[in-house]
Amino acid sequence: MEDKKIIIIGGGPAGLAAAIEANNQGIAPKDILILERDRELGGILNQCIHAGFGLHMFGEELTGPEYAGRFIDIVRERGIGYLCDAMVLSLSPDHEVAFVSPTEGFCRIRANAVVLAMGCRERTRGALNIAGTRPAGIYSAGTAQRYVNIDGYLPGKRVVILGSGDIGLIMARRLTLEGAKVLRVCELMPYSGGLPRNIAQCLDDFDIPLYLSHTVTAIHGKERLEAVTVAKVGDDRRPIPGTEEYIPCDTLLLSVGLLPENELSREAGIVLDRITGGAQVDETMQTSIPGVFACGNVLHVHDLVDFVTKEAYRAGASAAAYVSCACASNEGHEPDTAARYLPTEGKNGVRYVMPQKLNANGDLNADTALFFRVDNIYRDRSVILSVDGKPCAKVKKRFLEPGQMEHINLNEDAIAAIREGSTVTVALD
Amino acid sequence: METTEKMKYDVCIIGAGITGAMTARKLAKYNVSVIVLEAADDVAMGATKANSAIVHAGFDAECGTIKARLNVRGCAMMPEEAKELDVPYKMCGSLVCAYSDAEIKHLETLYARGVENGVPDLKIIGQKELREMEPHISEEAVAALWAPTAGIVCPYELCIAACENASINGVVFKTNFRVCDIRKEDGIFAVSNGTETVYASYLVNAAGVHSDEIAILAGEANFPMHIIPRRGEYMLLDRSEGNTASHVLFSCPSANGKGILVSPTVDGNLILGPTAKAIDDRDDTATTSSGLEEVQRGAKHLVPGVNTRAVITQFSGVRPTPVGADGDITKSDFCIFISKAVSGLLHLAGIESPGLASSPATGEYAVALLAEMGLVLTEKETYQKGRPEKIRFRELDDAERAAVIAKNPLYGKIICRCETVTEGEIVDAIHRPLGARDLDMVKRRTRAGMGRCGAGFCSPRTVEILARELGVPMTEITKCGGNSVILNGGEK
Repeated sequence: MEDKKIIIIGGGPAGLAAAIEANNQGIAPKDILILERDRELGGILNQCIHAGFGLHMFGEELTGPEYAGRFIDIVRERGIGYLCDAMVLSLSPDHEVAFVSPTEGFCRIRANAVVLAMGCRERTRGALNIAGTRPAGIYSAGTAQRYVNIDGYLPGKRVVILGSGDIGLIMARRLTLEGAKVLRVCELMPYSGGLPRNIAQCLDDFDIPLYLSHTVTAIHGKERLEAVTVAKVGDDRRPIPGTEEYIPCDTLLLSVGLLPENELSREAGIVLDRITGGAQVDETMQTSIPGVFACGNVLHVHDLVDFVTKEAYRAGASAAAYVSCACASNEGHEPDTAARYLPTEGKNGVRYVMPQKLNANGDLNADTALFFRVDNIYRDRSVILSVDGKPCAKVKKRFLEPGQMEHINLNEDAIAAIREGSTVTVALD
Repeated sequence: METTEKMKYDVCIIGAGITGAMTARKLAKYNVSVIVLEAADDVAMGATKANSAIVHAGFDAECGTIKARLNVRGCAMMPEEAKELDVPYKMCGSLVCAYSDAEIKHLETLYARGVENGVPDLKIIGQKELREMEPHISEEAVAALWAPTAGIVCPYELCIAACENASINGVVFKTNFRVCDIRKEDGIFAVSNGTETVYASYLVNAAGVHSDEIAILAGEANFPMHIIPRRGEYMLLDRSEGNTASHVLFSCPSANGKGILVSPTVDGNLILGPTAKAIDDRDDTATTSSGLEEVQRGAKHLVPGVNTRAVITQFSGVRPTPVGADGDITKSDFCIFISKAVSGLLHLAGIESPGLASSPATGEYAVALLAEMGLVLTEKETYQKGRPEKIRFRELDDAERAAVIAKNPLYGKIICRCETVTEGEIVDAIHRPLGARDLDMVKRRTRAGMGRCGAGFCSPRTVEILARELGVPMTEITKCGGNSVILNGGEK
């Protein structure tokens, strides 16, 4: 296979949108290649058959496959290159991608620019150190979702769910509709990690109890799961002795967090953010390696796919601009003004800010958004954007919670205040 | 209803752990008929499946014991065994670390014992050399016993490979065969699981944690040993942490065993453990929160910076600790002897650590003892020393990868993304000798599902491949046999 102008690793919502926008910006369809490891394009949306996607992008409620379908149709209509069942095995700092596929065999190709759109994976039982036996019947919520919605099988009949992330909440409803009994959802934290609308529509509407500040402390059963021990946890999040309950069940679903899948990025030497687990990027979504961009859940875990799409448009446009610029400089034109990066930071309840750095010589404008998540539940607080400690923008929020991704845009005051060596801070008042 | 297998075997081995497997492999060289009976649904399912994966050099065992002799010999045999069986093995060496003058004294004892046992190239090194060899070791570790011949190997892969080798040389394996009755009929052993009986002239007791029970079933009224099941809990860390240690790192041993170790694995992970706790149920391989905390404490004692947050999984194994008449655990030897009470019966019992390191030598010794008992051994001309070729896609270079995909496109389809395992490897694992029939069997043969996503991504695909290749519905596919069905709710 021949080299490409842009290789996009991952054919889910992020990769699809990045490809389309790169094409919008003038990169020919044949010069773009999306490498997708699953059997078809669409990523995790293919198994998200519930509605609720697309309210921001399209102003209507779509199912996951419908949302993905709109982008897949465009990719196909325009003839943008893609290859399914294609697994990328390595990425080098000089944009060489090694991948394997049953039809193409083992390939090494180069691209002028690379977009990382590999998505995320679910945290596992192993990562939680839950003690006990190792029977069948313990699934991550997403795996169970695949069994039910793609393969057409029910993983179990009496279900306990640990973690109130959105996939766990969606699966509580899904399994109930399919005839399983969801006994309870346990959440380690004193608040849910999922969207409020999912708590209402997936648990409350089906009388499924949510136990906050509870966790699973032991697994029982030799072959198939027979029961779990559930206990209340204290402020230190450790189980309180004496509060244990033995709950007979045949299935435990885990919805305990998502981790950006950055093994390729790490091996390529891309600098990662300790908190998001994704690459550190600037406002163009460029990582620490020039010409390598990142977007979607591989960059930071999103709550809504609509925001993934918007972020991927930016990454796709930036990759296209990088390619054009690289071509221009090859032809003897002057390169762009050198980047002058300044850091962003989150303070006072703001866990992280993405992008992690801004290019003072770049195109900072009122559309430049700083995305962030808070570390706890807050009511009636203001989000303050400041440059070197000087407040430049303030947005009042009735309600802030960790499950929801927030953003604040740069404004004229902030852009005017930015100097060499500045720090841009997002904080709660 | 009693069904009877008319065939009479020369040798019946009870137990397909590493000891039984290596005995079967060594017997397979000769013109004798051999059957191996295993209670679990796969080979390598007892202590063999869940241990430290260390080929010990041989300085721990008391001088003059069978254990000392077999350990040193087994360790020396291991490189060639692993090569013949195409099993990854790395002679990375081990370091027993001392934290005080008293512990340095203990190193000297181990050193002297090792020299007497015949362990080559032992050396006590100082703090400077230790820190050069292991930059992350605790600053409080002041000296270490360096044993360059110690190594690491995947214990269940070694066992599966030995069984595959025995199988292609004619050894018969019966899994899911839990022996509940042993009689002698006209001088022949009749070994039954309640529904099926197997006949053999010689019986080898390699039943691991159940070896004292099997001895009694076989009519050994005064068996000189009983087993205390001792459970050891482990944590396995992500490959990202594999470089934390480059040698097997031990603390100074105590009466409870060799303590908690930190070691690289041949597959590039880092293993921490084990605990050592006497338990009642010999098959209870649950982990406990206190055990896992102890593992983390012990590992941090050796390597303070070990990143236990990168844990992929936890597991435990039950070791068959033999206790002799005097009740002294520390001095106990392997319980390997020809029965005086029951003719034709050979015990390979009470084999705890270093059972893995000793196993090739144990198998060899078992064959010699059977010959001494009267088993006639003539070499088999058709004997094949290896096992059917096994492709490990992850370890191939570019050209080899291109070549295997060109031959079979299934090797171009990655099913397990964490461990880079292809559909071709999974299909091969299902159709090999002693082929995989469930998810865990696929995992132990290919590493599919062994990675950081906890099999979240690959298990639905592997279930599908198993169902297709075995010609059964997906609802019948299990995690580990028995009632461990994956899709308990059936088709929707």
